[in-house]
Amino acid sequence: MAEEAAASKPLPVVPYLKIPDDGEPYLEGLKCNACGAIYLTERRACSKCGTVDDLTPIRLSDKGELYVFSIIHRSFPGIEVPYVSAVVDLEGGGTVKGNLINIDPTPEAVKLGMPIELTYKIAPRKDKEGNEYLTYYFQPRSQ
Amino acid sequence: MSDVYILGTDMIKFGRFPDRTIPDLGAEAALLALKDAGLTIQDMEAFYCGNLGQANAMVGQRILQEIGQTGVPVVNTANACATGATAFREGWMAIKAGVYDLVLVVGVEQMGRGLLGGAGGGKGIPKEGLLGSGTMPSVFAEAGMEHARKYGTTFEQFAKVSVKNHHHSTMNPKARYQIETPLEEVMNAEMISYPNTKLMCSVNVDGSAAAVLASEKKAKELGLGRAVKVRASALTSDPWQERDLVMPDVNTCTRKAAQTAYEMAGVGPEDIDLVELHDCFATAEILHYENLGLCGDGEAGKMIDEGHTALGGKTPVNVSGGLLSKGHPLGATGVANIYEVTTHLRGEADKRQVEGARIGMTHVIGLGSACAIHVLEKAS
Repeated sequence: MAEEAAASKPLPVVPYLKIPDDGEPYLEGLKCNACGAIYLTERRACSKCGTVDDLTPIRLSDKGELYVFSIIHRSFPGIEVPYVSAVVDLEGGGTVKGNLINIDPTPEAVKLGMPIELTYKIAPRKDKEGNEYLTYYFQPRSQ
Repeated sequence: MSDVYILGTDMIKFGRFPDRTIPDLGAEAALLALKDAGLTIQDMEAFYCGNLGQANAMVGQRILQEIGQTGVPVVNTANACATGATAFREGWMAIKAGVYDLVLVVGVEQMGRGLLGGAGGGKGIPKEGLLGSGTMPSVFAEAGMEHARKYGTTFEQFAKVSVKNHHHSTMNPKARYQIETPLEEVMNAEMISYPNTKLMCSVNVDGSAAAVLASEKKAKELGLGRAVKVRASALTSDPWQERDLVMPDVNTCTRKAAQTAYEMAGVGPEDIDLVELHDCFATAEILHYENLGLCGDGEAGKMIDEGHTALGGKTPVNVSGGLLSKGHPLGATGVANIYEVTTHLRGEADKRQVEGARIGMTHVIGLGSACAIHVLEKAS
């Protein structure tokens, strides 16, 4: 019927964001069974140890700490600034990058090592077919 | 295996030349370097050409159409910001292997204006500004913040790199800019990606640089007078790192290349009289003081504070003005570094001359990643 039109539910912004039919969205990593390295995207062999075809999907934590950040004041046309670009180490392994929200985008407010949690929202952009996307953001977490 | 010597090298003054073509820019540097060597294109047995923006368009052959189609082998290289240095290294290897006695190397680039980089391609919607930033000022800001996290490095210390390199460029007529930028001006310039302000970002320019390489036999035959010996050439890619899915690692590949280069040259950091390193952003220069062993880990902030890397200091870094003020035409940068260090080893750097320079190092990083390091020594 409406197969060609926009999907009825939001699509994941990246393949490693999983949206179960029943339950909360989460990020999924791939862990090397041989050396424990964690990836966000599929690959034929482990980049760290070279073991072939031995990655297992794992659910990544929604909690972590701010490893580093930068505050973007100039970006490409149409992108709202300023915003905080953040690299977050997740509890139990895995490192992801995203926007840190619900914080003043100043070096005084954003602290290296601060506790972070993930939050999931509909992205403020659609693709040209009009599909909505679910994305993740970081926000400060009380310890 | 033969030692390899630089017999001639030169670069054009970097700038913006929207009305010129890439082959024309490259041809100018090629002729300057050939003239410097006292040789002609007919003497060259092979040609190595570095260009990134038109990597699929036979830039080397198009340069020969402007300076002499001699039918020699042409190798076009592309390796991000290590493109020019990779072309140089390919020429070095061919001579080292005994295949040729004389080769020409050119690095050339014509740049647009504005930001480079951007987060993720792939399917769906654009990720820039949604999943952080992949712009180059941001990527290197975050690399700098890692140093700040470990060692407490400050915005002011990063900014001092820019003050120093802009000062150096006032003595380099071939730099894009010859303008002093005091600390307050650097720190108060438009913030691009904290902690990198506009004056802490390299300048997008058009440019070209070239070198003529010779085997030991040929160099001795032609005279070693102004020749410079290539003591080491190292090229690495980025080894696996825990965070490199989201944070390009410019440190490990530099450390690995530096170790290889020092071993090959049989020298240590204390023997290096000057360094041209990859200051694509002010934050990056701080990291590379430690990556290249110019100081111990955690000491880079102190090194810039105490002026050790300024002209007249213990190890002057980027006396050309660096990418921050000389400019950064991606494919030309690695060869322009070779020109700068060679000019000092020849004692021909005029006002910015590092007195008594005998050994120098060049370093470039291309994100993705590729790191190239060369160690050069005065031949006679």
